[in-house]
Amino acid sequence: MWRLTSNYKEISGCGITGIISRKGELITGEMIIKAICCQYERGNGLGAGFAGYGIYPEFKDYYALHVMAQSRDALEKVEEYLPKRTFVSYQEFIPIRRVRTIKNPPIFKRYFVKPNLECELVDVCNIVSEEDFMVQLVMEINEKIEGVYVISSGKNMGTFKGVGFPDEIAEFFRVDEYKAYIWTAHNRFPTNTPGWWGGAHPFTLLDWSIVHNGEISSYGTNKRYLELFGYKCTLLTDTEVVAYLLDLLIRKHGLPLELACKAMAPPFWVEIDEMPEEERELYTALRILYGGAVLNGPFAILFAYNGGLVGLNDRVKLRPLVCAQKGDLFFMASEEAALRLICPDPERVWAPKAGEPVIVEMEEGTIPNQKSYLKPRPKEEREDALRIGSLPLSLLTGK
Amino acid sequence: MATPQWSKFFPDFYIERLWDKCIKCRRCVSECSYEAHIWDSKKKTLLEDHSKCVGCHRCEAFCPTKALIIKRHPSDFREHALWTPWFIKNIYKQADQGGVLLTSTGCALPYKNYFDHLVLDACQVTNPPIDPLREPMELRTYIGPKPESLEIEEVNGKFRLKKKLPPLIRVEAPILFAAMSYGAISLHVHQGLARAARDLGILYNTGEGGLHASLYEYGPNTIVQCASGRFGLHVDYLNAGVAIEIKIGQGAKPGIGGHLPGEKVTEEISKTRMIPVGSDALSPAPHHDIYSIEDLRGLIFALKEATEYKKLVFVKIAAVHNVAAIASGIVRAGADAVVIDGLKGGTGAAPTMFRDNIGIPIELAISAVDKRLRAEGIRHRTSIIASGGIRCSADVVKAIALGADAVYIGTAALIAVGCTMCQRCFTGKCPWGIATNNPELMKRLPPEVAYEKIYNLVKGWTHEIKEMLGAMGINSIESLKGNRDKLRAVGLTKEEMEILEVKHAGE
Repeated sequence: MWRLTSNYKEISGCGITGIISRKGELITGEMIIKAICCQYERGNGLGAGFAGYGIYPEFKDYYALHVMAQSRDALEKVEEYLPKRTFVSYQEFIPIRRVRTIKNPPIFKRYFVKPNLECELVDVCNIVSEEDFMVQLVMEINEKIEGVYVISSGKNMGTFKGVGFPDEIAEFFRVDEYKAYIWTAHNRFPTNTPGWWGGAHPFTLLDWSIVHNGEISSYGTNKRYLELFGYKCTLLTDTEVVAYLLDLLIRKHGLPLELACKAMAPPFWVEIDEMPEEERELYTALRILYGGAVLNGPFAILFAYNGGLVGLNDRVKLRPLVCAQKGDLFFMASEEAALRLICPDPERVWAPKAGEPVIVEMEEGTIPNQKSYLKPRPKEEREDALRIGSLPLSLLTGK
Repeated sequence: MATPQWSKFFPDFYIERLWDKCIKCRRCVSECSYEAHIWDSKKKTLLEDHSKCVGCHRCEAFCPTKALIIKRHPSDFREHALWTPWFIKNIYKQADQGGVLLTSTGCALPYKNYFDHLVLDACQVTNPPIDPLREPMELRTYIGPKPESLEIEEVNGKFRLKKKLPPLIRVEAPILFAAMSYGAISLHVHQGLARAARDLGILYNTGEGGLHASLYEYGPNTIVQCASGRFGLHVDYLNAGVAIEIKIGQGAKPGIGGHLPGEKVTEEISKTRMIPVGSDALSPAPHHDIYSIEDLRGLIFALKEATEYKKLVFVKIAAVHNVAAIASGIVRAGADAVVIDGLKGGTGAAPTMFRDNIGIPIELAISAVDKRLRAEGIRHRTSIIASGGIRCSADVVKAIALGADAVYIGTAALIAVGCTMCQRCFTGKCPWGIATNNPELMKRLPPEVAYEKIYNLVKGWTHEIKEMLGAMGINSIESLKGNRDKLRAVGLTKEEMEILEVKHAGE
């Protein structure tokens, strides 16, 4: 049976890559595959994955549920459940290729759905927005239906991940056949081996996806901080903490993306003391309030949403992250070699400074359902935070 | 015939004089404020009254020829597991005098010390340790209530705060000096503490004895205390520091007020405390204006009104059985910080029964209070300052990992200025010049020496804390706060680990 929670903390090193086109032009999967496979030594065959945005233009307004099932029986239960809660517009098995080294993979199917806001779930959980509904739905499936796990649930995006080297996972999911305006990819080097498909990165929450290289030494503090706001970190992965923090800081507290990043990887006091007054007050307050949100320890993270890609390093840069730009294309990766391979003549290559977020958002109005988090949002406009924490199982990862 | 005094028959200590080394310089006589050394002018020799020796080792340290050794008195009672000499001698004392047994410092009984059953973590391979000699390492801490979230606005492309934060106290290390009143300790020690606090960027606490006129200049590093005796309390005093601490209780003697024996109330003390010379300053057990939690709220806001909301108000309680619920009430009553003083907390004078038998260990109290405040969603509205039995920098690290924001140290600071833990502070005769107001004895510890020793101690500790944080792979103290991942238990029961929220080593 898939584990609901692990009783030890996962520790892993990794390779990461991300690509975004600011104009929303579609990039083939081959490019991201090449880049992540170039960083082969950064993984050990125990996990790899890809997330693509813009891969389902024909269903752009539908939530794309990627469902991973242990057996046909388990899958049938989802198929009974889904029509009760949602309007399923289209469903199909995710096309795969047989890969010699991948033995007994789970079954993967995708459903394009719209929430049925008339159903009883809405009354029971007092749900107001579509997104809340989807989160609740995914959690119900993950929690209640045995042997089934939803690995992604955003609009016009999807996650492909599993146990194997990145080339094997890419081959298996036929990632080369997709086109997206944002790609992220991950190659995993866990030091302990949960070895299950849902444990691979990217982790997703609606259209948010995260790939992460690092270990968060402040995990215990972050976990307790998040618990204050009702998030329950049951999965003992660092990545889960990052996802919840983003949700809290951006969605619930309305911080602009840049400041949310600065809360997680804040400047040092010596730097803050030198700032002009207004800025100093801002950063002092940010550190005082969000001490529990500081991600301390080595990390490089990429996170993406419908409309942007963000790279962030820890405050002393203990894990590599390199960026490159060519025209409207931006690349981020653990290693420069990976960037040079897919973009041999970049206009600019740079290593972002410790704690300096690299935020690349698409031009306004480029894609359907586009989101932007550059501005602070006053209290009145904020969506209610997702009530993820109040449930025992998170959407992000596994059983 | 006079009634025999049993307690004089069986001294605790034995003064051994090595006659081959002694030059009869009589230094021991002048050093011993308890008159245990006697010069016999007829026979031109030195005598000892072992029954007067308190074991402070002053004579031994200052004997120019090292001719003195102070040891436990070798004379034994017949062994008995239950009726140890401690109980026998205490009964003798009470049979002789009919009084309350008095003592000083913190709990002397060997209850389980939880700090000694917690081990810390360090990085190996998967995450790198950080080297504080080469990388910044931050101990800066803010004390006081914090809002839950920030309101940000964008003006001319720049983000700024829409609403400024309420006043908070900034300290450069999470170590503060605990309340020790002027009177209980000498003015020189107070001066040393104040200067050290200023130079270290931390705070010291006046205790309940008022503030000597010479110390007002250290205001930005001062917490003034308002205890049930209200000694030396007036509006200038309340406005002198950055915070006002309402002392409800003290770990060494929960449930009773402070004691300053009349022997220690000299002219200067009487001026500062606003009481007559030589009078016992015994604070009442309760504050006579606080008989309930709503009365506490009344006092908190009375103090805030009196100081125009510029000062933070702390509330200090002893860690007792219901400490979590009490702390929650205190936060809801409006306290900006809760100070919890555990079983091991020290004092200048306390009834022995109180010191050794009342209260709970600070480690369990920190965890319980932190858990309760978090469960009620009010943890950000206050800071937790833990106190009582913090002996080294590792204890500080463990206290913070258990959920404290900062710690108070009292006894450790006094040991830094030469205290040998003889536990006789209440006599006012401290031969080391620490817990005394006798002008001759005070001279033995000049303020500059007190300052230097205290400063060195905290400097050493902060360096060690930085090293330990670095080894854990974190470079800022806030990432240690409540971080149970950094703690593992060795030899604790399931229940204890549940209360402390730690796993056992190996898990």
